[in-house]
Amino acid sequence: MDGILLGLLFALIAYGMALQWGVMNIINIAQGELVIMGGYIAYFMYTAGIHPAFGIIVSPIIMYFVGWFLYKSIINRVVERDLFISILATFGISILTQQLMNFVFGADVVVAQSNFGTTLLFDDSVTLPNAKIFSALVSIVFAVALVLYMKKSRLGRAIRATSQNPRAAKILGVDTEKVYAATFGINAALCGVAGSLIAITFTLHPYVGLPYTVRSFMIVIIAGLGNLPAVALSGVGLGVFEEFADYILGTEFRIAAVFLLLVVILVYRRFKLSKKREYLK
Amino acid sequence: MSKNNIIIYGLILVFGIGAPFLFPAYKLQISILWILTILALTWDIQGGQMGYNSFGNILFFGIGMYVCSSVQIGMFFPLSEWTASGGEKTFLHTTSQYFEGFTYGLILAGIIPAIVAALIGYGILGLRGHYFAICTLGIGIAAGEIAGGIELIGAGQGMTVPPWPKGIGGTELRSQFFYYLCFLTVSITFLVIKWIYQTRFGLVLNAIRDNEDKAEAMGIHTMRYKIIGWVVSAFFLGIAGGLMGNMIGYIEPTEIAFAGSTYGVFMVLMAILGGKGTLWGPVIGAAVFHIFKEGFWTFFLGWQYVALGALIIVIVIFFPEGIMGWLREKYPHRFGEVVDEADRTAQVELT
Repeated sequence: MDGILLGLLFALIAYGMALQWGVMNIINIAQGELVIMGGYIAYFMYTAGIHPAFGIIVSPIIMYFVGWFLYKSIINRVVERDLFISILATFGISILTQQLMNFVFGADVVVAQSNFGTTLLFDDSVTLPNAKIFSALVSIVFAVALVLYMKKSRLGRAIRATSQNPRAAKILGVDTEKVYAATFGINAALCGVAGSLIAITFTLHPYVGLPYTVRSFMIVIIAGLGNLPAVALSGVGLGVFEEFADYILGTEFRIAAVFLLLVVILVYRRFKLSKKREYLK
Repeated sequence: MSKNNIIIYGLILVFGIGAPFLFPAYKLQISILWILTILALTWDIQGGQMGYNSFGNILFFGIGMYVCSSVQIGMFFPLSEWTASGGEKTFLHTTSQYFEGFTYGLILAGIIPAIVAALIGYGILGLRGHYFAICTLGIGIAAGEIAGGIELIGAGQGMTVPPWPKGIGGTELRSQFFYYLCFLTVSITFLVIKWIYQTRFGLVLNAIRDNEDKAEAMGIHTMRYKIIGWVVSAFFLGIAGGLMGNMIGYIEPTEIAFAGSTYGVFMVLMAILGGKGTLWGPVIGAAVFHIFKEGFWTFFLGWQYVALGALIIVIVIFFPEGIMGWLREKYPHRFGEVVDEADRTAQVELT
């Protein structure tokens, strides 16, 4: 049960990654760091005496501008380049933000108490913290809102057009530069939402960003770009897998299990694809 | 070999041999520079020549480190007791035991990563582009996490390597011994890699980088070449790891052995800074980077990783071609390239 609720959260992050991967062809290694940054915003509200649940409104707004700033300062210089260059650049951003957060917020593990209580199901055999249910619901709401926004709004149409063919979109009068900036901002905002949910349900620490990046990357590979139901489904699958790995192998191997699963999936995918390339044998 | 080349090689040889006497205070730093050069050179086999940007070559470095010291200890004493004592209870190696263990350890530190590379190579080298990059990133980090969970090799606390035997001179001799060993290894690595790039094998690697499907269509078994290149990298990386572990004297899973966020990134950065896809690029890059890094570590203590992140971004944005690429653009004649000035200006006007 934990795994499913957790998985919806991962799916939200993964959707942001899929969005920017599809539109800008950039894999953002700093995705996890953006999530953690969003989490710290919620944590700050908590220490200031505001209920951290309001973080899901405030932190995406702040994170949108963080993302926009990152795009304008760094990403727009590498978006046209080789993919490897952009991976390395975002890796640099990841190290930079990680360390800055370490200085600003300290290296301690923090958690924002939400005091939501717990729900007991099936004669107390399953305990569910309300915070987790809340975060799963919020993830669903945000994901659906985003899909509707992408379908209906003018900017959403521009983003989809750019992802299909940036040159044609440019010719037809779409300001692709602006679209890229907006995409990066939306992605960061989604990360902000996810981060503030993580602040409520889990713990925050400056160095735990990279596993979130890898998880979202994994979900995107399994689900494909921009296929929301598949993203949600594989997010849930990953969440369940992690809970099992945690239970069977022990907590110290949890991160290792995630990374190994990534490798296994990639290799499996390679063998599956290579069957289709028989002409090269 | 032209006259210039002989002068350059001679200068490096003189520097390499004379450095411990000229700069005795920086002996360890220069030894680390040689190790970093090995890292950059071996990364460049994948990243520069073959076009496979690996973030996970650190895996072999770490395996080599662990294998070397495990063999050194395990040949004479029970390994589990050594690590369980956490360096408290150290068994003393005699001089002959120490060097015997070290020799076998170093050889195995080369061979075992090479075998690992051959085994995982078939699965992983089939991935292309960013999938390969992310997959290797995952492997490197997973290896660190797993090594941190294995009790036999000290789990999260790490393990100590055998101390230098007491009988034959103090720390001065020790640092000199490791210095020359590092220099020897880097020289061999450099010569082997130089030789590789001159053979048909080097051409195949470049063909894979330029267009793998076409190379395959020309009848080259690209997978075989990719695995061999990966194995060569792993062999030298493993030896470098074994040396590094002994030099530092202490192995820790995520900070030293499988240090994805330090050495794992450094090797990529050094190769890119120097100019990837060239023989000399990684060497120059390593030297420049090491000087920069030591400067950062001294003057921005505590902020060094912030500086590192900023440095990555700056290098990637402003020097994607590296120092060698910049030199090449500036002095194309030195690289044996003939530039038709009229043609070039015509092309510049076109674009």
